[in-house]
Amino acid sequence: MQRYSFAALARQALKGHRGWRPLWRKATPKPRYRVVIIGGGGHGLATAYYLAKEHGIHDVAVLEKGAIGLGNTGRNTTIIRSNYLWDESARIYEHSLQLWEGLSVELNFNLMLSQRGVLNLAHTLADVREAVRRVNANRLNGIDGEWLEPDAVKRFCPILNIDSGVRYPVLGATLQRRGGVARHDAVAWGYARAADARGVDIIENCEVTAIRTSGGRVGEIETTRGTIFADKVAICAAGHSSVLAAMAGVRLPLQSHPLQALVSEPVKPVLDCVVMSNTVHVYVSQSDKGELVMGAGIDAFNSYAQRGSFHIIEAQIAAALELFPIFSRLKMLRSWGGIVDVAPDASPIIGKLPVSGLYLNGGWGTGGFKATPGAGHVFAHTIANDAPHPLAAPFALERFTSGALVDEHGAAGVAH
Amino acid sequence: MSTALPAWHIKMLLIPCPWCGERDEVEFRYGGEAHISRADAATVDDATWADYLYMRNNPKGLFAERWVHQLGCRRWFNVLRDTVSHRIIAVYKIGEPPPPGSLPAGSHGGDP
Repeated sequence: MQRYSFAALARQALKGHRGWRPLWRKATPKPRYRVVIIGGGGHGLATAYYLAKEHGIHDVAVLEKGAIGLGNTGRNTTIIRSNYLWDESARIYEHSLQLWEGLSVELNFNLMLSQRGVLNLAHTLADVREAVRRVNANRLNGIDGEWLEPDAVKRFCPILNIDSGVRYPVLGATLQRRGGVARHDAVAWGYARAADARGVDIIENCEVTAIRTSGGRVGEIETTRGTIFADKVAICAAGHSSVLAAMAGVRLPLQSHPLQALVSEPVKPVLDCVVMSNTVHVYVSQSDKGELVMGAGIDAFNSYAQRGSFHIIEAQIAAALELFPIFSRLKMLRSWGGIVDVAPDASPIIGKLPVSGLYLNGGWGTGGFKATPGAGHVFAHTIANDAPHPLAAPFALERFTSGALVDEHGAAGVAH
Repeated sequence: MSTALPAWHIKMLLIPCPWCGERDEVEFRYGGEAHISRADAATVDDATWADYLYMRNNPKGLFAERWVHQLGCRRWFNVLRDTVSHRIIAVYKIGEPPPPGSLPAGSHGGDP
């Protein structure tokens, strides 16, 4: 792997920057692999990286139906935090946040992690009670969290309107200072480069069309680039988990919905934190280019169209303008949609499926980006050992039969 | 699969309520997958109960689903819709099966 450093930059500068190599090889599929990961987003690439790094499994292929970084990895609003309510969620999201904190160094790739603080606003008495409870739960789990009264919120984010006369006034906010944003496609590129350097084949433009099983075990995978045999198959295809699981005859408790986001024209630095509101429903941060990055809600209906209805954006902009009247003259440059698969308890499904050798990491709903390193880490452990990582165990598919759901509707950023 | 307007022009669903006619999506609420029969909690095992309660078809393609005309006649009905093109293939009343011929051969509107 070509390492990046100041010295490398200086050497390349002298050679006219003609010596930089591609981040990963354009691999062609081999007929057989020990592990095939379906989905070349951040989660799939992280899984491949940790399989190679922590478990010595290098005979791995990552199949991506499009190009790396163009799926949900490049469509989210890049927010990272770990302030979830229940112990099970707090542990896995905090595990992920701690991995984020060392990841740029570990991957030798600048992920532009910016721990600028995440505010979650409360607008009603019920919001306040839920938020204070969540801060207390976070602190009991060793996760940083603070409750801010409205004047403290205003000091932390001066452009926020805390006027008590609006329809949903700001009654306070939780603040996680270690939360923030990272550059989302850099995460995919960084993991792809590091996994490739450890021998993982990253195969783009390779869509899975069938997963064959025999005697309750996975076998051949049919793809648009030929048949591949795999000892273990790991589904890591956010939005399309149900479609892939159904190829192996497995039913999941997931429904796929469009989730929309949009960015404004670039402006001077005006917002130096992340602001989220579940109640009026908007979340916003400012990118290093100066664009405001805003997330909207999900469309209620099932869809795989990667676009949503316009009234969702209308409602979200109305909420944004009540919170930030200063944005009223901004033009929006573009909007897009990604497909998220949502579970009934707003928690992911990580673990073994009823078919031997078949694994799933999916159902992250509207908040999978922040979990990229942690999910990849525990999923790789689950695949390598054919047994769930302790942090992943509560998120097994069996919880829907046992009834031990992990209800995170309050902490998930988007109401389902 | 041709529509009168190009895909980028469609901003919202137009849903034909069987009683009120075609209305904007904002008048309706979504009810999820149609044709799920209630399991008998007193007699079935945990797996069957979980399947009824949580497991859902989630097809990329034709999907039979329920809508209610919340801001109109407030009545429930079934819709057969394509989850990729958003095209509505058929609208029919609660308790009725999808109209014959509305589904391609070999499909029953629920296979993911």
